[in-house]
Amino acid sequence: MPIDYIPRTRELYNAYAPYRWVVNGEPPPWTPLKKPLAQCKVALMSSGGVLYRDQPRFRREDASYRLIPKNAKRDELNIWHFGYPTRDAEKDPNCVFPLERMREFEAEGRIGELCDPGFTFAGGIYSARKVREELAPKIVEELRSRDVEAFYLVPA
Amino acid sequence: MCHQSVGLIAREVEAAGIPTLCMTSAYDITQAVNPPRAVFLNYPLGHQTGKPDDRENQRAIIRDALGAFETISRPGTIVKLPYVWDPNDRRWEESDYTPGFLPRRPDKEAADLIEQERRRRYTTANSG
Repeated sequence: MPIDYIPRTRELYNAYAPYRWVVNGEPPPWTPLKKPLAQCKVALMSSGGVLYRDQPRFRREDASYRLIPKNAKRDELNIWHFGYPTRDAEKDPNCVFPLERMREFEAEGRIGELCDPGFTFAGGIYSARKVREELAPKIVEELRSRDVEAFYLVPA
Repeated sequence: MCHQSVGLIAREVEAAGIPTLCMTSAYDITQAVNPPRAVFLNYPLGHQTGKPDDRENQRAIIRDALGAFETISRPGTIVKLPYVWDPNDRRWEESDYTPGFLPRRPDKEAADLIEQERRRRYTTANSG
């Protein structure tokens, strides 16, 4: 059974006013895949706070993001995030940012091409407006400029 | 909040004409933010694409998730994956995201030191 995280968040932060979660009642936007995934250029994004080598860390309410080279090695990736236990992701970033697995799927032809770079941010951003109006439009531009045809997002 | 942020970005990207798929382990949050396509995995937070150092587990999860890219036809669908974290021990479901669960955030000074140390590590061993 799925865990109810909304009440748990309320308990965890019971010193604060209850967080007002975004509730989108109307059907979401929709763009059909134009061809099989095996022919699509796919981009990967994680909210797990992944950093490449000496990239600056994420701050509180930070709507910035990092570009992670597609061929980054595991020991070049670090985690900076305080909204989930990061021990396993530090050991193996593929738990939240499966770059190695996506490279394998590209090599095996399961996806047409893996976009270089991948994208990461630290998802614990309270302001939904900030995510929608500051972060999302920049990501749209990054994906458009690279002719990405499918976008795979992994929260943490 | 991570789940909400990812869902919000997916909606904007989809509206801009690029199909999206979100992983999720927080069904209620994802259902509320309502991204175009999502795949639910009942694993502890921080393992949305699988267990550490378990390549086959990660491959199976991501393979199934990517499959949903092609099979979901109704906007707002959340496909549930059948994988179980540990069939003999479900205690994590009681403790996940409860008080004492989150890592402690270092103060600015400690965070600066950690960052300096990381930078030094990559600039002195600059083999790339």
